[in-house]
Amino acid sequence: MGILEVKNVGKRFGGLQALGDVNLSIAENSVHAIIGPNGAGKSTLLNCLVGKLIPDTGSVTFDGQSVLGRKPFEINQMGISRVFQTPEIFGDLSVLENMLIPCFAKRDGAFHLSAFKAMLDDKEIVERALHMLEEMNMVDKQDMHAAALSRGDKRRLEIGMCLSQEPRLLLLDEPTAGMARADTNNTIDLLKQISDERDITIAIIEHDMHVVFSLAQRITVLAQGTPLVEDTPDNIKGHPKVREAYLGETQTV
Amino acid sequence: MLKLNKRDTLLFVIVTALVLLAPFILNPFPQGSSMAQMFNAGYPDLMQRFVIFGILVIGFNILFGLTGYLSFGHAAFLGIGSYAAVWMFKLLSMNIIPAIILSMIVAGIFSLLIGYVSLRRSGIYFSILTLAFAQMSYNLAYSVLGNPASNYNLTNGETGLQLALNDPRILDGAAAANGALPVTNLFGLAMRDSFDWNIGGWLFTFNAGYYVAGILMLLSFYISIRIFRSPFGMMLRAVKSNQQRMNYTGLNTKPYTLAAFVISGMYAGLAGGLLSSMDPLAGAERMHWTASGEIVIMAILGGVGTLIGPIVGAGFNEYFKNILSKINDGVLHQWLSFLPDGLENFIVGILHYFVGKGWHLTLGLLFMMVIVFLPGGLVEGGQKLAKLFKRKKADTPDSKNTPAE
Ligand SMILES: Nc1ncnc2c1ncn2[C@@H]1O[C@H](COP(=O)(O)OP(=O)(O)OP(=O)(O)O)[C@@H](O)[C@H]1O
Ligand SMILES: [Mg+2]
Repeated sequence: MGILEVKNVGKRFGGLQALGDVNLSIAENSVHAIIGPNGAGKSTLLNCLVGKLIPDTGSVTFDGQSVLGRKPFEINQMGISRVFQTPEIFGDLSVLENMLIPCFAKRDGAFHLSAFKAMLDDKEIVERALHMLEEMNMVDKQDMHAAALSRGDKRRLEIGMCLSQEPRLLLLDEPTAGMARADTNNTIDLLKQISDERDITIAIIEHDMHVVFSLAQRITVLAQGTPLVEDTPDNIKGHPKVREAYLGETQTV
Repeated sequence: MLKLNKRDTLLFVIVTALVLLAPFILNPFPQGSSMAQMFNAGYPDLMQRFVIFGILVIGFNILFGLTGYLSFGHAAFLGIGSYAAVWMFKLLSMNIIPAIILSMIVAGIFSLLIGYVSLRRSGIYFSILTLAFAQMSYNLAYSVLGNPASNYNLTNGETGLQLALNDPRILDGAAAANGALPVTNLFGLAMRDSFDWNIGGWLFTFNAGYYVAGILMLLSFYISIRIFRSPFGMMLRAVKSNQQRMNYTGLNTKPYTLAAFVISGMYAGLAGGLLSSMDPLAGAERMHWTASGEIVIMAILGGVGTLIGPIVGAGFNEYFKNILSKINDGVLHQWLSFLPDGLENFIVGILHYFVGKGWHLTLGLLFMMVIVFLPGGLVEGGQKLAKLFKRKKADTPDSKNTPAE
């Protein structure tokens, strides 16, 4: 049994069957990539895992517990963190504050009314946030407005924010989309380091085959809402069906 | 000091000094001079309004400034607080303490209910919901619950809720045997009591009600600083910045926004209770949507989301309202008497529409100018000025002590 089990999940948008009958099992502590052409339903699938969408049919269980019907914040508190396609950070807050928030959420839960404690007096939390910024190489930027960061730094920050919650499953939706080569490579290194050093499962949606083949241990190919194949990177590379459905037209490996 | 950082301490000390010294600061012109008639503002009722509306807008800013949720019905809580206080004066005691406490509790309960429903939506729909609730409250107060002939006359409708000689006033006993209405007080210190200090040509008035309200405003201000600097305050700013990220960071935004809503509702209740404590008369017009709009205007004028903005906005609004409404054609003629008659009449004819009863027009224009040129409110204006001043000083080569920063 994987840490995440998706069984017979289907999702319709009006007349469009965005997800047909998806079965997917993600093994604990692995890096699992989901690839597929535009409109294949990858983001829809991810949204079904984090509570943004509720599938019409099927079940999604995380560590043996169903996530269906739970709100996004509840699912996050179960141990699933998500990185978005365009970095979702608190642009109006400082970099340090961005990092403090998930640390508070991890320790104090979904709601905690501490209206009179000075935030920066909470040594335990501040230390944790600074430590995480250090790991992300961003300590020198802690006082910056998060909105003023470069795109690569925003992505780093967002990943750091997710990691500071010590999630068991990290979901990434095209984390390198629109990034320059150097930033992409930095992100690959960062993710590699994360999966090597931590007890963490990573599921990643990616168009960039370079990223996929550098990171993934298993790859699921999704086409028109149904998984086409699931295999190791080496086998996927040579798979005729995959080449036809996806790689052949758009990418050269 | 007081568990505040250096800058906040300085700010708090400055505001405290301004509040305590307001009777001097607001009366810069000698008694009886024409300048005094126009520009002095150190009268008890006006000074009371400065600090009471300060409290109101400080509370509003905790909701709007931090979370970005624009309540367009906050006057409802002001009105509810006013009614609650007057009831306390009628039923229990003329001491303002129980009145103020009940004001805050009742306003808190109402804001919990209204907030719970309104916060199901965000953006413009939230604003419309709060507006709808406030107008419902206004109508309830104005007619439904204000029919003097019914047994459920809670608000006394159009006339407004006021004291009567035969009110029970359980705790006060058989006071006021002389047939006069009793006065609001704080353990015997009457709110309308003033101490006048005549010195030179000047007259300074130290009013008990003003100082009670002023100290409560300082307390409100202090609490708001603490909230701004707390994890809770940061969460509220995070709600404004990115709700999506909040949700996917395991945080439930609803109780955060609701808590902010209730806190700001209770601030409004306190302000309402204080208005009644200064003058025990509560009318439905306090809940009218134009009153709600004025709260928004004061907040934006001062600078939304800043600590000092609400106080600046409330003070500015009340001060100019007071001055502008005092200027009439006679005053204008007096000021412009140096001009040739035709020109004088012409200019007075135009200005006529902007002063006296037309003060709304001028404040509206000022408001527009602030929005266009200083989106951060008057506080931003102040910051810009300070910067300009600093740069000028630094540019002067022979200035001895350039500020090192
Ligand atoms: N909320 C929605 N309402 C209606 N249709 C939707 C919605 N979300 C997605 N779709 C449709 O469902 C299909 C799958 O979309 P999805 O975003 O999951 O694809 P994807 O694999 O992530 O594609 P991409 O690689 O372009 O991100 C698309 O045809 C899309 O137009
Ligand atoms: Mg997508």
